[in-house]
Amino acid sequence: MLGFRIAKRQEPLQWGSFFIFFAALALSLGISCLLLAIQGKPFMRALLLLWEGAFAHGYSLEDTALKSIPIFLCSLGVAVCFRMQVWNIGAEGQYALGAVGATWAVLTFPDAPAWALMPLMFAAAAALGAAWAAIPAFLRLKFELNEIISTLMFNYIGMLLLEYYVYGDWKDPASFGFPMTVMFPDTAIIGSMFGRIHWGAAVCAVVAVMLSVFLKRTRLGFELMAGGENPRAARYARMPYNFLVMLVMVLCGALAGWAGLIETSATLNRLQPNVMVGYGYTAIVVAWLARLRITSIAVFSILLAGLRVGVENLQLELQVPAAFAGIMQGLLLITVLAGQFFNWYEIKRVSGMEGEVDTPGNSGNAGNAGNASNTGNTGDARNAVNGGQE
Amino acid sequence: MITAELIIPILAATVQSGTPILYATLGEMLTERSGVLNLGVEGMMIFGAFGAFLFTYFTGNPWVGLFMAGIFAGVLGLLHGLVCQVFQGNQVVSGLALTILGVGLADFLGTPYVGVATTGFTPFEFPVLSSIPVIGGIFFKHDALVYLSYTLPLIFWFFMNRTRWGLAMAAAGEHPAACSAAGLNPVLMRWAGVFFGGFLVGLGGAYLSLAYTHLWTNNMTGGRGWIAVALVIFAFWRPGRAVFGAYLFGGIMAFQMRLQALGATLPSSLLLMLPYALTIIVLLFSSARGKGRAAPAALGVNIEPGE
Repeated sequence: MLGFRIAKRQEPLQWGSFFIFFAALALSLGISCLLLAIQGKPFMRALLLLWEGAFAHGYSLEDTALKSIPIFLCSLGVAVCFRMQVWNIGAEGQYALGAVGATWAVLTFPDAPAWALMPLMFAAAAALGAAWAAIPAFLRLKFELNEIISTLMFNYIGMLLLEYYVYGDWKDPASFGFPMTVMFPDTAIIGSMFGRIHWGAAVCAVVAVMLSVFLKRTRLGFELMAGGENPRAARYARMPYNFLVMLVMVLCGALAGWAGLIETSATLNRLQPNVMVGYGYTAIVVAWLARLRITSIAVFSILLAGLRVGVENLQLELQVPAAFAGIMQGLLLITVLAGQFFNWYEIKRVSGMEGEVDTPGNSGNAGNAGNASNTGNTGDARNAVNGGQE
Repeated sequence: MITAELIIPILAATVQSGTPILYATLGEMLTERSGVLNLGVEGMMIFGAFGAFLFTYFTGNPWVGLFMAGIFAGVLGLLHGLVCQVFQGNQVVSGLALTILGVGLADFLGTPYVGVATTGFTPFEFPVLSSIPVIGGIFFKHDALVYLSYTLPLIFWFFMNRTRWGLAMAAAGEHPAACSAAGLNPVLMRWAGVFFGGFLVGLGGAYLSLAYTHLWTNNMTGGRGWIAVALVIFAFWRPGRAVFGAYLFGGIMAFQMRLQALGATLPSSLLLMLPYALTIIVLLFSSARGKGRAAPAALGVNIEPGE
């Protein structure tokens, strides 16, 4: 009798995630092509257009880089939350509040000099974004309220709040009824650094370095990295678990708020409802794919930004609906998630009657304990249901 | 009688707005009772709504559309089952991916049909019962899907508590190991949970495209799937309270629309916030723990192979 048996590996496959990602990417692209074929689009040409639109020319690379800035900022915060097993999916709403905060600063002090206005905008965006994250964090810690649902509801409420202002008090009287504020004064616009790349890229770099130092060189950062692995052990070790949950949420809120500020100021130069394009949801995909490795977050941010830009090209050339980007993100997330299985399990061929194979898996390649890939996949989702508190 | 004339239409609209949420809540409840947390309700619901629209549009028969809505959403449920049961993926992440995927698919495939009208379910007066004063006006002047939804909580309760399959499914959600020790197959029960739960969620989606409106628009669900996820917690995983919760949300949606129709001075964006704010308030009232209020013990925990 010949059969197969599934066995858990002793150590996760070393270079597994790398191959799994490319296999998953290929599978996602394949399914996407199938969908395009159903709608009668030439899918080979579509793949080419996707590539050209995102990465092939200087202009498209600039587009991709510009879109990756807000995604990167949101993803950093979401990744820190996921590390603590805090399922904050509210980056989208925190981004909206950041945009609102920055716009408030501009509209309240339109004549302030740049040296005063810019810091005020950053402070207001961070404060409102952080507040938008702090409320769900408080509700979770105090009332065990599920943060997945509360942050999601705050996304809807945040978006509507932005619309309330843009359609209401902040609407430019000279906009012919269009929902938009007045154009920001030059003092409130984040200018270009080189080419079309604006200074938001520098903000990303500074934040990345500071976060990296915080996580690797401070006690609190170490506790955060360790605490996420095992909340109960963290409490035995007298780590301030509740404080850490609040900290990661506030951090994510502030960073997402800055993303909203940068998009409003540097890209649109005014606040209008189409500042909301789902970067906060893309950040969830990036954060889960990259885990809390800052270089990986940068790489995946650029990749998923490229996907968005590429789909815009498809929209233009082949009239493919914009929702195609959402499908590809969903497929990528789901195939990578499923593919992770091969990181942790192996399928052994079993021969003979009993089929007892007792080789201890692939433990030949010594896995390093610092590998961050054990945060999500096989861990159960019970925390998510009960609000994490026990 | 002026007050009754004012209140009865609002209460009737409450039942109407609450119905899709009731279907989705009971669907997610079934899935969670079998031990699987599926956060993809929003995606399954809108994909089901699209399936309902598409098949009604091409066959002209809304019952075919209704059935296909269940199949569309159920297939997405099976995808969640595949990722979590076969590939041992994290149920939270898989559910989020399912939402992104389902919303994207409905949006993508539905783009050619935006604004296209179709036939659907239309209201009719339920024989005899509709002539009861007040009650008849509120509950028995709806369409077939609403009448169907009245029976659903009872069937759900009977299935979970009085049938072999229902009890086996609950066992898979409470204690898979004990379930398999009793000679049952918890993995199979969970497959059934994700599929039939998804099927019910799909019926809720069908209500939106075939009865609530008779046309296809993007973003038709508008967060109703997430409200359903919250209501399962609010209902303590029991169908009776789900009815109450669903109609509570139906009420706030009906109220909000009535205010808008009356030309309220409040801006519409503030009114639209009401259901989302209510979701958080409702959850606050269900956070107190007690006997009979806990989630299924093995909810969100995958059954590992070889156990």
